[in-house]
Amino acid sequence: MLAEESIALIKEKAAKYPERKSAILPALTVAYRQVGHLNDELYSEISEIIRVPAVEIAEAATFYTMFPKHPVGKYLIQVCHNISCALLGADSLIGYLEEKLEIKKGETTSDNLFTLVTVECLGSCCTAPMMQINQDYYENLTRERVDEILEELRTRA
Amino acid sequence: MSFYSPVRTNASEVAESDRLHLLKYAEDPNQCSIDTYVQRGGYGAWRKALTSMKPEEVITAIKDSGLRGRGGAGFPTGMKWGFVPKDSPKPRYLICNADESEPGTCKDRVIMERDPHAMIEGMAIAAYAIGSHLMFVYIRGEFAHCADQVEKAMNEAYAQGQLGKNIHGSGYDLDMIVHTGGGAYICGEETALLNSLEGLRGMSRIRPPFPAVAGLYGCPTIVNNVESLASVPHIINRGADWYRSLGTEKSAGSKLFSLSGHIKQPGNYEVELGFSLKTLIYDPKYGGGILDDKKLKGVIPGGASTPLLTPDMIEVGLDYESLPEKGSMLGSGAVIVFHEETCIVWVIQRLIHFFRHESCGKCTPCHEGTAWLEKLINRVESGKGEEGDIEKIDDICSNILGRTVCPLGDAAVMPIQSAIELYRDEWEHHIRHGKCLVKSQFGLK
Ligand SMILES: Cc1cc2nc3c(=O)[nH]c(=O)nc-3n(C[C@H](O)[C@H](O)[C@H](O)COP(=O)(O)O)c2cc1C
Ligand code: SF4
Ligand code: FES
Repeated sequence: MLAEESIALIKEKAAKYPERKSAILPALTVAYRQVGHLNDELYSEISEIIRVPAVEIAEAATFYTMFPKHPVGKYLIQVCHNISCALLGADSLIGYLEEKLEIKKGETTSDNLFTLVTVECLGSCCTAPMMQINQDYYENLTRERVDEILEELRTRA
Repeated sequence: MSFYSPVRTNASEVAESDRLHLLKYAEDPNQCSIDTYVQRGGYGAWRKALTSMKPEEVITAIKDSGLRGRGGAGFPTGMKWGFVPKDSPKPRYLICNADESEPGTCKDRVIMERDPHAMIEGMAIAAYAIGSHLMFVYIRGEFAHCADQVEKAMNEAYAQGQLGKNIHGSGYDLDMIVHTGGGAYICGEETALLNSLEGLRGMSRIRPPFPAVAGLYGCPTIVNNVESLASVPHIINRGADWYRSLGTEKSAGSKLFSLSGHIKQPGNYEVELGFSLKTLIYDPKYGGGILDDKKLKGVIPGGASTPLLTPDMIEVGLDYESLPEKGSMLGSGAVIVFHEETCIVWVIQRLIHFFRHESCGKCTPCHEGTAWLEKLINRVESGKGEEGDIEKIDDICSNILGRTVCPLGDAAVMPIQSAIELYRDEWEHHIRHGKCLVKSQFGLK
């Protein structure tokens, strides 16, 4: 369910565009940030708000890989495995995260706190290796830094 | 106050130069605030264009400056603006392309995070030049922080009357929308970007019509890269001749280069076009040499879709003419460096995985071809390749090249073909010995 603020935000964004369909991506972004993933129910809700058929919203949504289409952990860890990061040890970092979290990439920890995935270049190549957790970037990563970050997130949770 | 991204720049060098300009304030967090920006002369070019220049004069200035697109294709910016039909009764749109997803590239981000008003000012001038009253910036979805930064800057610009109604008493109205994407490399391609902005799946359109004639909502639309637009205020302020005097004869101006990979000092560096690639890599002001003082093995000079260069080819100017002479391209200016302990087949495996993943699926040669290529390259990489695989890979590449709706197909195959040509012995070793030459040489796992 979309929260009041999310609905208001979607309306505010949608009002600016010359055509209603342009509000699909902004609306999906708002929904994703609130819920953590997207699903049919959210497409229907968005459909009501921006008055675009739900099927068109689903059609667009399924194209974009940034929005998970099923529930994920509270923290979605997205490690870049593209070339600049890979040259600086992204694979070994992914292995380290798998070990620490006791999951394989694509999986979620049993306490639902962390989901680990790999992603393509996130535009942070000169501060590689890097990962994005929810909306935040973590750059120039080392194993020590990863330890600190996970610790910090566990405390925050 | 600290920066969101700790990326290194050569801002201090730029500040002392009267030629370099884009990164002048890139190490000063105050530059993001409109008051500081204006104190330093910001929005002066916007005022000048709006109150003392006709739109055609702005276009002429940009044409004369020699500015070419910094998003990858290097198309002359002023000429592109001139393609907007003068007599069209439809609204026109200006779109700033901030999708920044060419692997290796993180230069537009540094502008948006550290000097967002420069981009907005350039957008406004471009919008005025083409007669647009609504402009968009399309920022890749993952850049949430950038988008916040730009939105904050936009709100300041509205509050100060740089945007909105009757700007500076000129009678000109201009609005701006910050739009964020959904994580798809192809949406950086301008026609896919238009579809994405219209709420459709981000798939490329067949050209013609070109966006300048029928783009967003079927209306005349100009799409320009962040860095191209951020260069515009400097040209208006200091004149086309000044800009033209920077760089080389055919590649005017300065450009940001994102230096990454096995390099001691990765970062975003502004240099004049024509600057030596070798100096960028080895000079202590920039890259400072190869990581751990190992030997250089190769360079991808313009982002993941540009052909590779071997160490004997790096005495080359970074510009639109010199790199093609060496068989490569300037691209987005993402210089990716790798040292002797890197397996070339592995590098290409990373790249083809990316392009296969990002193919939008509209045309068969790209959609099917990249999938076959990935399979074959995986096979060779893992030591299970067969005699004839190299020829097969090459053959598929030739069948993709020039046969696709958008340039992603070409982008996917050009690095592969160059990697086979330049490092064929490594591919052969993988196939004949079932293992990696480099790993054997260096005793790596
Ligand atoms: C697959 C693909 C991805 C692209 N990605 C970007 C991008 O992220 N940013 C960008 O400015 N241009 C990108 N381009 C180039 C755009 O299509 C377009 O040429 C550019 O935005 C025009 O601006 P410019 O003339 O100022 O460079 C891409 C092109 C292709 C084929
Ligand atoms: S070349 Fe690839 S990305 Fe471009 S339109 Fe064809 S399938 Fe889509
Ligand atoms: S390659 Fe990892 S952020 Fe660009």
